[in-house]
Amino acid sequence: MKIKRSMGEKSFDAFNITLLVIMSLLALLPLLHVVAGSFSSNNALIQSRVSFWPVEPTLQQFKYVAANDSFWRAGWMTVKVVVIATTLNMVLTIVGSYPLSKSYLRGRRGIMLFIIFTLVFQAPLIPTYLVVKELHLINSMWALIVPGAISAFNMILCITFFRNLPEELFDAAKVDGMNDYRIVWQIVVPLSKPIMVTLLLFYAVGHWNSYFAPLLYINDRHLQTLQMYIYFLIAAGSSNDIAAAVAGDTGGKLLPKALEMATIVLATTPIVILYPFLQKHFVKGATLGSVKE
Amino acid sequence: MNEETIGVTSVQPIQPAAARKHRSGELSFIGFVRKNNALYVMLIPVFLYFITFKYVPLLGSIIAFKDYNIFDGFIKSKWVGFQWFELMYTNPQYVRLVKNTLLISLYQIVFSFPAPIILACLLNEVRQMALKRSVQTVLYLPHFLSWTLVYGLAYMMLSEQSGLVNDMFKGLGLPTFDFLQSPSAFRSVVVSAGIWKEMGWSTIIFLAALSGISPSLYEAAKMDGAGRWKQFQYVTLPGLLPAITILLLLKIGNVMDVGFEQVYIFLSPITYEVGEILDTYAYRLGIMNGQFSITTAIGLFKSVIGFVLLVGANKISKSTTGESLF
Repeated sequence: MKIKRSMGEKSFDAFNITLLVIMSLLALLPLLHVVAGSFSSNNALIQSRVSFWPVEPTLQQFKYVAANDSFWRAGWMTVKVVVIATTLNMVLTIVGSYPLSKSYLRGRRGIMLFIIFTLVFQAPLIPTYLVVKELHLINSMWALIVPGAISAFNMILCITFFRNLPEELFDAAKVDGMNDYRIVWQIVVPLSKPIMVTLLLFYAVGHWNSYFAPLLYINDRHLQTLQMYIYFLIAAGSSNDIAAAVAGDTGGKLLPKALEMATIVLATTPIVILYPFLQKHFVKGATLGSVKE
Repeated sequence: MNEETIGVTSVQPIQPAAARKHRSGELSFIGFVRKNNALYVMLIPVFLYFITFKYVPLLGSIIAFKDYNIFDGFIKSKWVGFQWFELMYTNPQYVRLVKNTLLISLYQIVFSFPAPIILACLLNEVRQMALKRSVQTVLYLPHFLSWTLVYGLAYMMLSEQSGLVNDMFKGLGLPTFDFLQSPSAFRSVVVSAGIWKEMGWSTIIFLAALSGISPSLYEAAKMDGAGRWKQFQYVTLPGLLPAITILLLLKIGNVMDVGFEQVYIFLSPITYEVGEILDTYAYRLGIMNGQFSITTAIGLFKSVIGFVLLVGANKISKSTTGESLF
């Protein structure tokens, strides 16, 4: 049977689809403009002839950004922080969540309260900063890693997931003489792929995108991360570093704007490449914690 | 090894007596801890972390009641009572900070909060799966860009000298407008950027809620002669209401948390007047100028207001809609 659609329905569908397509375009256009600009010549940019397609295509600005030491240093620093911090996050979250997923753990309620309390009452910025300072972490890579070693929210997500694993499995493992440490690595982790992937991605993207922590704890330019590099390049308007490098080479022929665009494109590329692979896991993860009924 | 253990479970699913025992509370606490010491050992890093980076700073908040200086430290600095809080109430500058924070938050509740709900409902009405997928894929993407990149994109689009939008204005013979540097546009630009970045991503939670609505409800509505609008009104919307209420409660509890990264990146001295919020001020005054005590007082003030609002909103919601966080 064919479902009849009224005039009103048809026009709603048309309107709806148009609206959604417009929104998608609005989401994409700023990105397209920057990509187009980064591949366009200086002349085209000065004369504002670039909209969403490269004009007089050139790779000049990419060459300069790619030849820039501080860009790569910042990128490398970011990769290091993301890898180390995410590994630490994962280990601590998994190891800490396993005992708390046991309803028979004595003192469980108290420990859960101890963790949830920190979600409700968050310490102000300054005392946290002072603690990091007292630990002599300022201007060290570890300031970006240790203070964020566990996220209470992610941990609760993880505990909730572990609670649904069948207890009989652990009992059997114990009968076989496995201790709790081995159970975590050989049974819990392999059985919890969805939550593992989710946590991994949440933590990794969080570290990759953060600029507040580096701004707060890192003053040394040699230790700056990619997000800080972009912050100083564009928002703080101090593109001296890169501009000086360019002036030395070409007599200041390249526009700061062209270099900024190329930097944005280079810094976004890893995300755009990984995005298709990550997307489905993320969607799963985002609903994992939310819909509990 | 793994497969072997699973095999054992399926053959013999009953009576792992040794493991069952400690659940029934036959052991004393000490005995339990001794028997399951691994579980407690695994919790040691968790304790250390939360104490060092959450509880110590929370206790360190006492410097809001002290005249903190670095040489005397947390303990030895002089007590000054509510001096900093009084300064906050009386100083017009702080009134302005609170006002900015609340206004941006209000903008977010009015504009950023409903946006994903509306978008989710629109997406839900799309019958062509391929189209739905592609729209979702595109709209999720901005969530993965950092605020610095979002600012970069905004700058390339909106700056007065070289932004694409102003170039288009020039082309059309219209006057240009400096979106990023004019106080009148600041809040709108920041909030819009937030919508651009997070709208798509935030739909996920509502789409999940929508997919949880039983199809039989729609069937029943159709049998009763409900058109699509009526179905939306009487099935979709009530189905979304719990999710909407919970998230709105959380947002109200976080009214003072507008998002440091979001606001700070757009701020410049020209827009301090309208854009400086409690968080960015705490950063500028506290970290950059070393005014530790007063900024801690600001932070505490913020947490207390947030907590009171959360409890209040929760109570109201519990009595009116039956939905609540706790």
